[in-house]
Amino acid sequence: MKLTGAEIILECLIREGVEVMFGYPGGAILPTYDAMTKYPQLRHVLVRHEQGAAHMADGYARATGKVGVAIATSGPGATNLVTGIATAMMDSSPIVCITGQVPTPAIGSDAFQETDVTGVTLPVTKHNYLVYDVEDLAYTIKEAFHIARTGRPGPVLVDVPKDVQNAVTEFEYPEDEIILPGYRPPQAAEEEQVRVALELIESAERPVILAGHGVIMSGASRELLQFAEMTQTPIALTLLGKGGVPEHHPLSLGMMGMHGTGQANLAIQNADLLLAFGMRFDDRVTGNLKTYAPNARKIHIDIDSSEIHKNVRADVPIVGDLKTVLNQLLPRMKRIEHKAWMAQIRDWMEDADERDIVNQNVSNRLLAAHVIHDMWTATNGDAIIVTDVGQHQMWEAQYYPHERPHTLLTSGGLGTMGFGMPAAIGAAMGLKQPNVWAIVGDGGFQMTITELGTAAQERVPINIAIINNGYLGMVRQWQEFFYEERYNATPMFNPDFVKLAEAYSIPARRVTTRDEVIAAVEWANSITDGPVLIDFVVEKHDIVYPMVPAGADLHNMIRRPMPSPDGI
Amino acid sequence: MKQTLVALVENKPGVLNRVASLFRRRNFNIDSLTVGRTESPEVSRMTIVVDADAEKVQKQLYKLVNVIQVEDVTDTPNVSRDLALIKVQVNNETRGQVTQLCDIFRAHIVDAGPDTVIVEVTGNEDKITSMTELLRPIGILEMVRTGVVTMTRGDAVLAPPEFYFATNGNRSNGFRQNVL
Repeated sequence: MKLTGAEIILECLIREGVEVMFGYPGGAILPTYDAMTKYPQLRHVLVRHEQGAAHMADGYARATGKVGVAIATSGPGATNLVTGIATAMMDSSPIVCITGQVPTPAIGSDAFQETDVTGVTLPVTKHNYLVYDVEDLAYTIKEAFHIARTGRPGPVLVDVPKDVQNAVTEFEYPEDEIILPGYRPPQAAEEEQVRVALELIESAERPVILAGHGVIMSGASRELLQFAEMTQTPIALTLLGKGGVPEHHPLSLGMMGMHGTGQANLAIQNADLLLAFGMRFDDRVTGNLKTYAPNARKIHIDIDSSEIHKNVRADVPIVGDLKTVLNQLLPRMKRIEHKAWMAQIRDWMEDADERDIVNQNVSNRLLAAHVIHDMWTATNGDAIIVTDVGQHQMWEAQYYPHERPHTLLTSGGLGTMGFGMPAAIGAAMGLKQPNVWAIVGDGGFQMTITELGTAAQERVPINIAIINNGYLGMVRQWQEFFYEERYNATPMFNPDFVKLAEAYSIPARRVTTRDEVIAAVEWANSITDGPVLIDFVVEKHDIVYPMVPAGADLHNMIRRPMPSPDGI
Repeated sequence: MKQTLVALVENKPGVLNRVASLFRRRNFNIDSLTVGRTESPEVSRMTIVVDADAEKVQKQLYKLVNVIQVEDVTDTPNVSRDLALIKVQVNNETRGQVTQLCDIFRAHIVDAGPDTVIVEVTGNEDKITSMTELLRPIGILEMVRTGVVTMTRGDAVLAPPEFYFATNGNRSNGFRQNVL
């Protein structure tokens, strides 16, 4: 069968199981857009800015576990993808980006809309390709998907010059297995490491599991829970680990790190054994490395060997797939109890509960914590939540417990403002269900607000909740704590978000008191044939507690002061 | 401390760029990096001397899809060679000195003009450094070094042969001569 390069791209996408791609046409990718008319089974979503396309592909990938696809033209189209690609890279999200490139004879001549896209994206992709020859196209795309989804997943970009898209060749899908001499993702742990790990696990008195994104990526939730229950080990979660274990489980400590719970951080600092499962000791998780878990031995399981010893020296380094490794450990483990340790942890939990704002009666102001807590109630704790970046993201992490994997999608590593709404669109299109909520701040929302157009055009049933405090709240919080309350460049003039939504024919409401929250969320839930927006106008000067200042010791948290008369 | 790594990489466009970019973004200091062909047209070989934690460098290199094999040979008995071409200003008096030094260092004079000679010297880094220190007072006009290439001694072979022929034969993008 003779096909053009453009048709080969689409044939390959179909064979990879792609149903939807997010993109924006332009000169150098036009042959592929033209070929799309012959493949109606591939749905194309027209975004408003390519950054949105990359985030949508990312959101799709995180929600479904499948590879997301973004398409853009050369030059500015491709460079607009970069933020989204870097976001996917930092959070190990499998996406494949296909970009048009100027025709091969023009490469290097500063042609119209030419950018060295493989050069630009080299540091922010797991791998990338510039395809010079149509004969290589099918194999390259197959390889791209393979690399994106296996091992430690990540973004892969394929840059295809226009003449390669137009070239015609005999198409034969490469059925044989992909062999890459330099790419062999690890699977099982070495026997010796398993044996040493078992010894440490049996002798530990104050162990803590640190569960990261790897738990979800590897599908190891069941094994992890079994491990924790057998050894009575409490579980602290990273931000991206949320959902990896049911957060209402008695062994769950909630999130660790800068805005983690008191019990999680104190447990880590007092532990004698850390079991780091699919996490990478990010600085937002460890605080000061010199004083981090000083008395703990560390067992570090990760699929990426370069994460081992990178930030924290591991006593037992295990490179492998978490699920596989846990299945190696589990049959050989004994039942263990840690009664004194668990009693200590329960004390810390009670102290944290006492300080918790949701347990305090504040009636005169609308607090973000209350909004999110009530959203949790009104959605039965079962919504897919996509957040943006900032205070609302941390409040979500603190007040919306997740019970299942893939139910919290958030930009952790890169902290990309503007991620929330487009990623929610991608997630909702992948899951084909109407219970996807984008919780966004008024700042980050305006970075990609343009994608309201996409949501409206495609009738994507996302629910947008703006936590609107008229500030870049997280920056404002840092200014309050560390810059003597000089609020430079953080107050925001905002549009009337309700009117703005209505301009896109998106139903919208404003909520200013706590009494209205649950009704508004239920109203949004009742609209399932397209997007809906709620503007929660919350207390302007609220702070995310507890907080470990950047670089401080993990146990030196700034805690919420004990209840004051007005509760703030 | 200086560490020497030997890396086998796929001979594909942009691989040198990937390695160099990795060193920059991970803040590893490159002391010298050499690259060239091997007995297989699909594989290139790099000798990298770094002033960084060799284990970290090795793990980061393995993250690159095109990197096949990396070995830290710092503490393995090995043969390391660097080559320098040194253009020295000479007169009737110093010409003899240069010739004498060349004898001692087993270097060669590969070009001679009325006022200059080019000295070619091969050896490990220390040898070349001492040679240049001795030539400096005579008058070095220009100098170029290739960087170190290293091979371990004995029967041990770096590349398991199965990597060499596992690549798929029907791809033209697989390797392009002269493009690294």
